Amino acid sequence: MSHFIDRRPNGKGKSTVNRQRFIRRYKQQIKRSVSDAIGNRSVTDIDSGEQITIPKRDVSEPLFHTGKGGTHKRVLPGNDQFAKGDKIKRPPPGQGQGSGDGDATNTGEGEDEFVFSLSKDEYLDILFDGLELPNLKKTTVNSSTEFETYRAGYQTEGIPSNLDIVRSLKGAVARKIAMTSASRKELRELEAELQHLLGDPHHDREKILALEAKIEELKERIAKVPFIDTFDLRFRNYAKRPVPSSQAVMFCLMDVSGSMDQATKDIAKRFYILLYLFLNARYDNVDVVYIRHHTQAKEVDEQTFFYSQETGGTIVSSALKEMQKIVDERYDPAEWNIYAAQASDGDNWSDDSPLCRDLLANDLMPVTRFYAYIEITTRDHQSLWNEYQKVSDVWENFVCKHIVSVDDILPVFRELFSTDSELRG
Amino acid sequence: MSMLDDGPDWNFELLEQYDAEIGALAKRFRLKTYPNQIEVITAEQMMDAYASIGMPINYSHWSFGKKFIHTEQNYRRGFMGLAYEIVINADPCIAYLMEENTVTMQALVIAHACYGHNSFFKNNYLFKTWTDASAIIDYLVFAKDYVAKCETKHGVEAVEHTLDACHALMNYGVDRYKRPPNLSIEEEKHRQEEREKYLQSQVNDLWRTLPKGEKTVHKEEFRFPAEPEENILYFIEKHAPLLEPWQRELVRIVRKISQYFYPQKQTQVMNEGWATFWHYHLLNTLYDEGKVTDRFIMEFLHSHTGVVAQPDYNSPYFSGINPYALGFNMFMDIKRYCESPTQEDKEWFGDLAGSNWLDTLHFAMENFKDESFISQFLSPKIMRDFRLFSIEDDSSKPFINVSAIHDELGYRQIKEQLSAQYNLSNIEPNIQVYKVDVRGDRSLTLRYYPQAGKPLAASKTEVLKHLHHLWKFDVYLEQENADGTVLKLSSCRTEGKVA
Repeated sequence: MSHFIDRRPNGKGKSTVNRQRFIRRYKQQIKRSVSDAIGNRSVTDIDSGEQITIPKRDVSEPLFHTGKGGTHKRVLPGNDQFAKGDKIKRPPPGQGQGSGDGDATNTGEGEDEFVFSLSKDEYLDILFDGLELPNLKKTTVNSSTEFETYRAGYQTEGIPSNLDIVRSLKGAVARKIAMTSASRKELRELEAELQHLLGDPHHDREKILALEAKIEELKERIAKVPFIDTFDLRFRNYAKRPVPSSQAVMFCLMDVSGSMDQATKDIAKRFYILLYLFLNARYDNVDVVYIRHHTQAKEVDEQTFFYSQETGGTIVSSALKEMQKIVDERYDPAEWNIYAAQASDGDNWSDDSPLCRDLLANDLMPVTRFYAYIEITTRDHQSLWNEYQKVSDVWENFVCKHIVSVDDILPVFRELFSTDSELRG
Repeated sequence: MSMLDDGPDWNFELLEQYDAEIGALAKRFRLKTYPNQIEVITAEQMMDAYASIGMPINYSHWSFGKKFIHTEQNYRRGFMGLAYEIVINADPCIAYLMEENTVTMQALVIAHACYGHNSFFKNNYLFKTWTDASAIIDYLVFAKDYVAKCETKHGVEAVEHTLDACHALMNYGVDRYKRPPNLSIEEEKHRQEEREKYLQSQVNDLWRTLPKGEKTVHKEEFRFPAEPEENILYFIEKHAPLLEPWQRELVRIVRKISQYFYPQKQTQVMNEGWATFWHYHLLNTLYDEGKVTDRFIMEFLHSHTGVVAQPDYNSPYFSGINPYALGFNMFMDIKRYCESPTQEDKEWFGDLAGSNWLDTLHFAMENFKDESFISQFLSPKIMRDFRLFSIEDDSSKPFINVSAIHDELGYRQIKEQLSAQYNLSNIEPNIQVYKVDVRGDRSLTLRYYPQAGKPLAASKTEVLKHLHHLWKFDVYLEQENADGTVLKLSSCRTEGKVA
């Protein structure tokens, strides 16, 4: 007789752990593949999963097997033309039926590469592996932040999965002992008396019978006390308490002046998208403030920040002033970790650059955890870079980086947010 | 008796009806089976099962993840359909049905796996001798737990490295002639602890036999091992000098699992052929007795034809001889020459031709493996039907030679050659532990005995690295040619050692 079992509810994912092992093992190769791919993506499609390609020889598991050469004999089906003794020209290597039985080929993709897809989460996880917001501090206990669950003693009501069996039974045993102690004491006395009577040669038969009946009754009474009662049940109690969390705000300052050409803007946008993804993937409590500037700065929403076409001349200090204003209004440095990332082509109205330096050094840097300046240009540095260098000499948490092409984005990004503070330099 | 519902949707009640009918028929044909445990799973779960070499439970290893990813990719891209079924040689015999199949396909799988494969597992001599169906699941549970425990204790990476090394030598972890003792989970657990203590001391003893203080040169050649050992993993487990006890246990686990699959490797054609023969025969009998509908049998024949198709050598779909096709046709052919033998069959098979077909089929299933099955039962008719021809590819010549075709002159040669094609010792290179330099640098030497001048592929160097990881002293690989000359092939030496 056969026995049918419906295993469908068991769920899939038995191989998840093995898949993770695989990804862990080939992290280096996968990382390389991810970095290669990031430059090829369009700005809007940066956070879907990714096709990963690893050379097949890297993932192969070696075994002893025979190679080419020697005499290979083989029986084949479907003879349509041959007679004994025919000589067949050897098929060119790499096609036709060679003598090695490899795996079935996956036509089209080629055999030399092991190709597979990472899910979006796995992709971002690898992309941002080893990155963090520098100098992040736990600031306040905010009402809207997360809670942690902790054990808080026992309660008499609860759901079955929280039932503490040992505790409940301990109580039950104690209760049983307590509730039967009087009866047991009486029982002991009666039994002793019975023994005494039985030892007496002139014992009174009726008295013995009465005693025995009473003993029986007592035993029954003791037995009637249940070994466990709903009264005994104890459930583990859990309570929640708020945990101090780190709230952070990231200011994204982007230069959209006329000197920023399409390619430069594209690089800046890629950088910010990466930053946005990174913050979203790794931190729950991060506000992002978008500021665009040409001669004037304006706080804008995400959509406008990435897609608006508005442009003009360049005064960088306007953006810094706008940031200062927003910090004063909404982000108390005592409660917020403040970060900023500024992207520009380095072109500024030259009288404005010293002003930018002063604004940063005197007002913004003291309240900022980390400030990254990215200059996207193929030309020589101009006054803004030079003035910013002075700031970075004084303030360790001010970093200037130079990006020339799309390929620099990820490396620079990794340097900026590396957990290894040496790298941030 | 009314006809069974032909779906196409199935439900458990219907599956039970089909199973009952097929089971009753199987009994009529004397198919003795383990009890069946039939599990319905989803496609995703089927891929999970694929990845862990078809077993319902297995230890964690990245290579299974790789296999899973590969399967998933191919399946998603539509390059491959999933197998209709997976069946596990266990007692009870576990078979998986995929949920998306029609009731016809489920019936096919029940006939194929739960009565075909199942009876093969229970009655074939190789399975009877080499595997213990009642213990395998328990053993895998033990293995999974043990590996997990090692990972916590010694780190995932250390365990992974050792398992990698074992996997590289997995094909050399089987006893080909000695029958291994039955596995028992209790015994295994108990013995494992004892082994841990004993093994380590024994290994050390080997090295302690060095005579102390005597400067006498031993003239007589002290050989260790006394005879070459073909079970390399066994040799490692027992004699590797520096392995930790838990590593020895891992070697043992891989070895045991390898041993469990050894019979399956040797009976592909027979096993699939037997199961295919019986699903064909059982379902057709159901139809003949009016228990299933026309629609059912048409759908069944459609799938069946796909399963037993044999693409020609020059077809783009060709990937070797289809074991289902060869096995199925051979069993059908045996039935044919038992029932209505021709003059040719009488010449080739003597008394076998014209005997009781059911007796003969059972006899063949119980007592043969692919190699001997083909050399015993392959008839000229099959060779003609398949239009078999044999080629000889000698790399020293510019042409491939057609050495025999399906004619009077060629039958015997093709039969012999096809049989050899399924001889495992022809497929896997013959490599044995040749000697250990016990009195010297403790180096281990393997010897490769080539067949027909076939060299070892370049992967050998990588495998030697894995072997070195287990042996921890220098390892060498030599080739002993037919003329007795010995050639050094490769070596892996401990790094940083002063020569």
